[in-house]
Amino acid sequence: MFLQPNNNLYMLSQDNLQKVEAICRHYPERKAALLPALWIAQEQEGWISTDMMRYLGTLLGVSYAHVLGVVTFYTMFQDKPHGKYHIEICTNVSCLLRGSDSIVDTVRKCTGAKPGQTSADGKFTVSETECMGACSGAPMIAIGDEYYEHLTPQKLEEILKTLA
Amino acid sequence: MEKYILPEIPGYHTLNVYEEHGGYSALKKALTMTPDQIIDELKKSNLRGRGGACFPTGLKWSFMPKGNTVTKYLAVNGDESEPGTFKDRRIFEFNPHQLIEGILIGCYAMGITAAYVYIRGEYGKWIHMLQKAVDDAYAKGYIGESILGSAFSTNIYLHRGAGAYICGEESALMNSVEGGRGLPRVKPPFPAQNGLWGKPTTINNVETMTNVPLILNKGWEWYSKIGAAKHPGPILVGISGHVNKPGVYEVPTGVLLTELIDTYAGGMLDGKKLKAVIPGGSSTMILRAEQIEGVSMDADSLKAAGSSVGTAGMIVMNEDTDLIRIIARISKFYYHESCGQCTPCREGTGWLFKLLKRFEAGDGRMEDIDLLMDVANNIEGNTICALGDAAAWPVQSMIKRFRDEFEKRVKPIETLAV
Ligand SMILES: Cc1cc2nc3c(=O)[nH]c(=O)nc-3n(C[C@H](O)[C@H](O)[C@H](O)COP(=O)(O)O)c2cc1C
Ligand code: SF4
Ligand code: FES
Repeated sequence: MFLQPNNNLYMLSQDNLQKVEAICRHYPERKAALLPALWIAQEQEGWISTDMMRYLGTLLGVSYAHVLGVVTFYTMFQDKPHGKYHIEICTNVSCLLRGSDSIVDTVRKCTGAKPGQTSADGKFTVSETECMGACSGAPMIAIGDEYYEHLTPQKLEEILKTLA
Repeated sequence: MEKYILPEIPGYHTLNVYEEHGGYSALKKALTMTPDQIIDELKKSNLRGRGGACFPTGLKWSFMPKGNTVTKYLAVNGDESEPGTFKDRRIFEFNPHQLIEGILIGCYAMGITAAYVYIRGEYGKWIHMLQKAVDDAYAKGYIGESILGSAFSTNIYLHRGAGAYICGEESALMNSVEGGRGLPRVKPPFPAQNGLWGKPTTINNVETMTNVPLILNKGWEWYSKIGAAKHPGPILVGISGHVNKPGVYEVPTGVLLTELIDTYAGGMLDGKKLKAVIPGGSSTMILRAEQIEGVSMDADSLKAAGSSVGTAGMIVMNEDTDLIRIIARISKFYYHESCGQCTPCREGTGWLFKLLKRFEAGDGRMEDIDLLMDVANNIEGNTICALGDAAAWPVQSMIKRFRDEFEKRVKPIETLAV
């Protein structure tokens, strides 16, 4: 039987719960499955709510405070819902050298959102990020797991237009 | 030169093609050797870590307690978050099986039964690529119980990070694998005594592990003759910034930086003049154009020039570059990524960034140049982990080598009209 903490609004689907249980077997302690479990939860819900944090804490035998500490430590875990598309613009050195300023401007022009904001229609959340390991493709952005490299303002506009 | 880390063979990332070209023969050979023989082979090869510190790999492996009585772990570092670094990603994509084979040989040589490959969270696509290769290798009996019919069993698991540069630091990485925040641990104890879950642990970079099968297949003598004698082997150099063909280039160590820029990377973009080079990722000391003459990509040569190999991620900057903006951006990064445990790093990185913002805005004061140097000197060597040093070195070297750039951004003192 899988442990199903009660009285929580958000819980993992049966499939995802089984995935987490399988991952627990990769480690000598259940606690170590916390990062993978948070990834699975975030893929399911789009973000990680307080209820989800409590739920995962119970599931993996750690306190809510520990889960919260982990979620807030890692920048990729979202503790608030965000737009349908999360546009991450690298502004670190190699991208800066190859024109990331124009990328930030183009994203603002096309979505109305600056880094740190979500567009008025709720479609785009825009963030500035550190180097994403794609410096030879500078300037670049990521939308979800997808990397878009060797950008120009024109190319970027085309890409953003295709996102409905 | 023939390519050994990123061979240009179509389909090399698949198990079939990898096997057709002799893949997993180094593992088979390793299983006929004793663990000590393998470690000895690595020591003699002079392989040095590709994760930033150039530490001799064979020596590191020899620190692990011998035998199979205690549980031991291997952590493979694919966090790859040092700005200017983008090489390990190519291995996940184009040569995952050679990495897996290296991991298996390492596990056998150190009596390890579980390896965790830590991959930065942003590399979602590349994690899937490596997972596919791991699954295929399990299916073929290369990973798991009684590998290739021997008494050796080990598992390989991937662990996805979630956006924290500090998790590339070895002890922070271990805390992250254990399900916690990525806070570096005070050393000693060192990982070889007390690592993952308090057990002896070795940690190596992805590219380092990918070199291991080569050494077993072709022998330490062959390997030690490639490139620079004291830091031999093929090395992946990432070149970004103002060049015509930015990319990852596999070269023997010891190639001249000028050749890397002019030949491999196709020369300077738009024919502009070179101003400065950061040779090995953003934490390595910046060099003026004239300082790279005759300097090569290897530990000794770059040290003599006043910098280091780091991750071999070269950032090339032309004559139009605003270096004050660059150093302010680098300092913002280290400020943002400091985990906050040690006061000199937490406070110092904030100070560096704030002072540099002033210079960037043209509001610097002459005495702030010395203050910057002071703050950097007070961070260096006074912290739990090397992130503090990584934040100090770029600032120190920028002031030493480009002081005039700071002076130009000092706010003129307003004189009263007479
Ligand atoms: C702040 C910080 C970040 C680091 N990031 C990485 C990294 O992303 N990848 C890596 O291999 N090593 C990184 N290192 C170095 C590791 O601590 C460790 O030395 C290395 O993984 C050892 O592997 P090697 O001996 O094969 O080079 C980092 C070190 C520090 C201090
Ligand atoms: S040096 Fe900085 S990053 Fe490293 S442990 Fe101390 S505060 Fe954290
Ligand atoms: S600096 Fe932008 S991807 Fe590395």
